[in-house]
Amino acid sequence: MLRLVSFCLLLLMPGLAAYAELHPPAQVTAGKGFSISSTGSGDATFYLLAPGHVAKREVKLGQDIAVDPADVKKAGRYLAVACGSGGCNSAAFYVTAAEPDKVSFLLHPSRVRVRTNDAISATALVFDKFHNLVLTPVTVDFKVVPKTGPTISRQVKSNRGVAWMRMASTPKEGPVKVIAEVAKASEARVIQQVASDACNLRIKAKRTAKGVLVETDPVRDCSGNAVPDGTIVSFAEIDADGKTTVDAPIKKGIARTELPVNGSAKISVASGVVIGNEISLGGGL
Amino acid sequence: MKAFLPIVIVVATAALVAMAWVQSGGLALHEMRSAGTPQEAVEALMTDIQSRNWDRAYARLANSNDFEKQLFVRDLGGSSGSLRTYSSLQSFRVWPVHATADDATMRVRLNWSSAVGPLDDMRDLHVKKEGNVWKVVWPKPQLPKVPPQVIPVNYLRWDVIGRGATDDWGVQNVDNPNVRITSMNAVERPDRVVIVGEVVNEDTVPAYVNVNATLLNSDSKAMDQEGSFDMISHTLLPKQVSPYRIDFPGFHLKQVKSVRMDVKAMLVPASADPVIAVTDQKMDKDPLGKNVLRGALVNQSGQTVNIAQVLAVYYDANGKVIWVSDGYVDQALLPQVAVPFAVDVPDDVVSKIQNYHVLVNHYSINESS
Repeated sequence: MLRLVSFCLLLLMPGLAAYAELHPPAQVTAGKGFSISSTGSGDATFYLLAPGHVAKREVKLGQDIAVDPADVKKAGRYLAVACGSGGCNSAAFYVTAAEPDKVSFLLHPSRVRVRTNDAISATALVFDKFHNLVLTPVTVDFKVVPKTGPTISRQVKSNRGVAWMRMASTPKEGPVKVIAEVAKASEARVIQQVASDACNLRIKAKRTAKGVLVETDPVRDCSGNAVPDGTIVSFAEIDADGKTTVDAPIKKGIARTELPVNGSAKISVASGVVIGNEISLGGGL
Repeated sequence: MKAFLPIVIVVATAALVAMAWVQSGGLALHEMRSAGTPQEAVEALMTDIQSRNWDRAYARLANSNDFEKQLFVRDLGGSSGSLRTYSSLQSFRVWPVHATADDATMRVRLNWSSAVGPLDDMRDLHVKKEGNVWKVVWPKPQLPKVPPQVIPVNYLRWDVIGRGATDDWGVQNVDNPNVRITSMNAVERPDRVVIVGEVVNEDTVPAYVNVNATLLNSDSKAMDQEGSFDMISHTLLPKQVSPYRIDFPGFHLKQVKSVRMDVKAMLVPASADPVIAVTDQKMDKDPLGKNVLRGALVNQSGQTVNIAQVLAVYYDANGKVIWVSDGYVDQALLPQVAVPFAVDVPDDVVSKIQNYHVLVNHYSINESS
């Protein structure tokens, strides 16, 4: 509908342009009132065709036409049209985004292994208070706050409203808060840094009344982080009765199980693609 | 005409007597007495079990004084919400193993139909002659009993909170788990192509996993697509490895140029319990001479597992997956009680097996997730 009105008005304009002229500023900031000077005389109807709405009111030609701040909230191309007794005339102008006021922040992934290069991607989109994307370059301050250790800060200039960066995960597991700040606006996201594969997986065995209690040493990755509870550790035992396997979850940092053992036996351990040590039990242990 | 009324009375009386005889178990007694051979005795017993006529089946036993009827019923009808409680005896086959004039050993193959498909059970029954009648000596049911006790369990589970409807569009959801197919092997069987392999959950959260495969012909066009269905452990805890098997009936390897694999993973709430040990695993033969992988399942947790499925993966000397087979266990896994299992292994695969690994899928009625 808006396009149809614009089209009709534009069809009428060329032959009548000489009667009234509008002189808006070339560029206006969103949400700020301004005036459009006009030439000619007499009463006219003023139309403001905005990206989201159309305003209409009666004005006097030859005087400045005040445009209300509420009419220029959306950034984009505007068309001011004045239709008097002699016909219609128009002038286009652009409204640009106001000062940065909001930031939308995308952080990916939500979980990442420790010590992984370029694993974290942070993208900030800068908006003004009217939800217009701020296209002028703005400095976005990315702050990385690990569970322990100092805060890391990096400034990135936005390009056409978007600022992004990639970064490596730190060596320590735990939640990492990443904050994107622009002027007074800031948005925080949390990324979970998780331990990598188990490193130096080791087991020890102890005879019990029912068999052998096998348990791992505290399971850690190569950076010394505790592998999360619930991670499956596979125990396998081979003796005269055959093979016994148990997939046991790590609980409180240690995986343990009780295996029935008949005579001498070999017990091995693995977690995912990681293989641990093997222990041999003699019949008389 | 005079004789009509007495005739009617006589016929009616005879009919009532016959009905009363049937009602009082006379027919059963007759049938029992008619068990003139070991074969007939076992067949009659199986017929009663099939119709779930426990009273009559129990009455047919030679050693019914040795145990209570309830124990006999639980032995055959199942208990503790096990798969057997959802099964019925579909058919049976009886044949002699050994026979003398007074006793015999009969082998019976029971084919149960269950919620997860047919289940086979093989039993050797001792039959002995009592007077003119053969009766089955039922092996005394040894149903496990768990003594009252407290089994401490450090409860460990994952709950998932997803993105809310009112969240800003920039608020990211929790990522799906990273899973990876670590091996894939296409195997030719007489009537089908089978894709076997393993998948691992590389993440630190549980995953619900499904593996699909598409067979492509020489023009790289899809011929068929199938999923792993129940031949996989769908819920994988962190770093857990599951075998998978995908069957393509009616295809041959010569028709296939390549296979497109697709693994999908979803983040799901899960529990790390129960832990089930698979003990005494060994390659063996069943009474029919078929190759099986035998072992026992021991539920190391305190919660009863009602239905368990055994998934076995077999490797050759190079560590390549060459076959995956499965079997359901029709008994419930009570805490700390060993329950035997056996899964079939094709004869031509056995000679190549160098190693194997067994995984257990479990279902508990009281499980909250």
